[in-house]
Amino acid sequence: MVIDGAGRMAKGPALLMILGAAFAVSVVSVSSGAYPLSVADILAVLMGDLEDEIASMVLLDVRLPRLVLGFLVGAVLAVSGAILQGLFRNPLADPGLIGVSAGASLAAIAVIVLGGTWLGGWLELAGVWALPISAFIGGSGTVFLAWRIARRAGQTSVATLLLAGIAINAIAGAGTGLLTFYSSDEELRSLTFWTMGSLGHASWDDVAMAAPWLLLSLCAAPFLARPLDAFLLGEQVVGHLGYNTDWTKRAAVLIAGLGVGAAVAVSGLIGFVGLVVPHLVRQTLGAGHRIVLPASALAGGTLLVGADCLARVVVAPAELPIGLMMALIGGPFFLILLLRTRIA
Amino acid sequence: MLLHVDGLGVHLSGKPVVRDLVFQLDAGELLVVLGPNGAGKSTLLRGLAGEHKVARGQVMFAGRPLASWSSRDLARQRAVMPQRVEVNFPLTVEEVVRLGRPPESISQSMPVLLELMELLDINHLRHRLAPGLSGGEQQRVQLARVLAQIWDAEGPVLLLLDECTSALDPAHQQQVFSLLRRLARQRGFAVLAVAHDLNLAARFADRLMLLHQGQGYMVGSPSEVLTKAVLADVYGLSARILELDEGYPLVIPQDDAHKSAYSQPFSRWEPINPSCRQAS
Repeated sequence: MVIDGAGRMAKGPALLMILGAAFAVSVVSVSSGAYPLSVADILAVLMGDLEDEIASMVLLDVRLPRLVLGFLVGAVLAVSGAILQGLFRNPLADPGLIGVSAGASLAAIAVIVLGGTWLGGWLELAGVWALPISAFIGGSGTVFLAWRIARRAGQTSVATLLLAGIAINAIAGAGTGLLTFYSSDEELRSLTFWTMGSLGHASWDDVAMAAPWLLLSLCAAPFLARPLDAFLLGEQVVGHLGYNTDWTKRAAVLIAGLGVGAAVAVSGLIGFVGLVVPHLVRQTLGAGHRIVLPASALAGGTLLVGADCLARVVVAPAELPIGLMMALIGGPFFLILLLRTRIA
Repeated sequence: MLLHVDGLGVHLSGKPVVRDLVFQLDAGELLVVLGPNGAGKSTLLRGLAGEHKVARGQVMFAGRPLASWSSRDLARQRAVMPQRVEVNFPLTVEEVVRLGRPPESISQSMPVLLELMELLDINHLRHRLAPGLSGGEQQRVQLARVLAQIWDAEGPVLLLLDECTSALDPAHQQQVFSLLRRLARQRGFAVLAVAHDLNLAARFADRLMLLHQGQGYMVGSPSEVLTKAVLADVYGLSARILELDEGYPLVIPQDDAHKSAYSQPFSRWEPINPSCRQAS
């Protein structure tokens, strides 16, 4: 492994390593599960040579959408985390911080709990899409609310945005708690499952709904790389270096809000990806956003797909919620990281 | 005239912090802004840097109103060093300095980076992470980053520096100010530097501007500005001024406690008439 004077790996080989890992977890992800598929089976199905209908159904309708969604969601969560950490100049910022996850989960839980009564009309109107669409609206709605509050006289105050996010998080949390309190046992079960995050129901429909937003935020993020680098030196320096400070802030909040809103809409609440992945990337490859953003996207997707594989295997034939899995892996891992840097 | 400031007022949350300021800065000139804490030095600098809106008056930069410049064009001709820049993320010294450069390949920016890191004596820190450096080292890194921004600029260049040597040891302070003076002389940069060290300012500045309670108190050569009466009036500082043969003054602050202890024996030479004492 090539390591330079600042204790970093060379960028090219590191990216190749992440790509390799991404490929490996993808193969494991599509082949393992209740109906195991060999690599030969997978290739045969993809080439159209295999007569086995179950195998092709499992691969094409269950495993592949799950893989694609897992990768996109992981990538977007990690990139949004990196963007917000840059914007707030705080390595501990998280996509949840500006209220997007809380708003999305409040909306989703409202649909689950009130779907039979007050929101019945919405359920009839939107059908199977009711939950993800509500979550998306709830998530991006809270971001816009926080952002409106933080805007004064044509300028966006990052500190106010953070505080507004905290307040909105608290309010949405109270709403979620209230709904949980009034939910029936059955609702409670589907609600808990949702708040712990899951890729278990991933279908091509989910991919079709979320992918445009997820891809949009992934493709727009690199344009922010240079102004975000300037943000690392402080908000004032962004203007001194000739970037439009307010435009950067708006674009960053919009990209992160839309991306995370879409991610939460199809996969529920999945924590830690947005926190751990950018942190790791910065430690190993440096803090410049031209490397942090693409490397976080790749590593975030890989991590989520890997965690999803584990979640399916550890208690097979049942599945652990992936949010739980992420917290189980991410928490201790982060602690080890903290202890190591404190000793060093 | 590179920078022409006329009747400038800068307000902070509605209150005027800088008022009715008039001064000019020529290409090739090093102007040091002095003044007590809270006199409005940093606010003036931020107003010129575009961080605070100019509430009153006019600022012309290279013959055009400052507000009419696009931020991108301005960044090519004007670089700003804020009083404090904290880096919390693991960027190396070289990466921080490179942030000052416009989008270009690493091989294009490398000669400038190497030259500046050499000039500011941070070459040996090149691959170190910026958050782990001492305050003085960080300040030199930021100064290199600021200079990198306008190092190969064509046309007028304005440098706005807010206490850019406050954390440096005397040798590095001298090194930085002689560099600034050289840049002004040889490359025609206009430099406006806020500072507190009166002797450093007297030694290197072409002119000094003294701010007092948000207003310009005096602009002039070091010998004109740094007089006993002015220092007593603006800072409440009692000091002895030595005019050196080199042509600039040396300010030696007096020990106030010392003075009052010794003032007793000399009191008999003070004028008897009380009205004279008031006049002095």
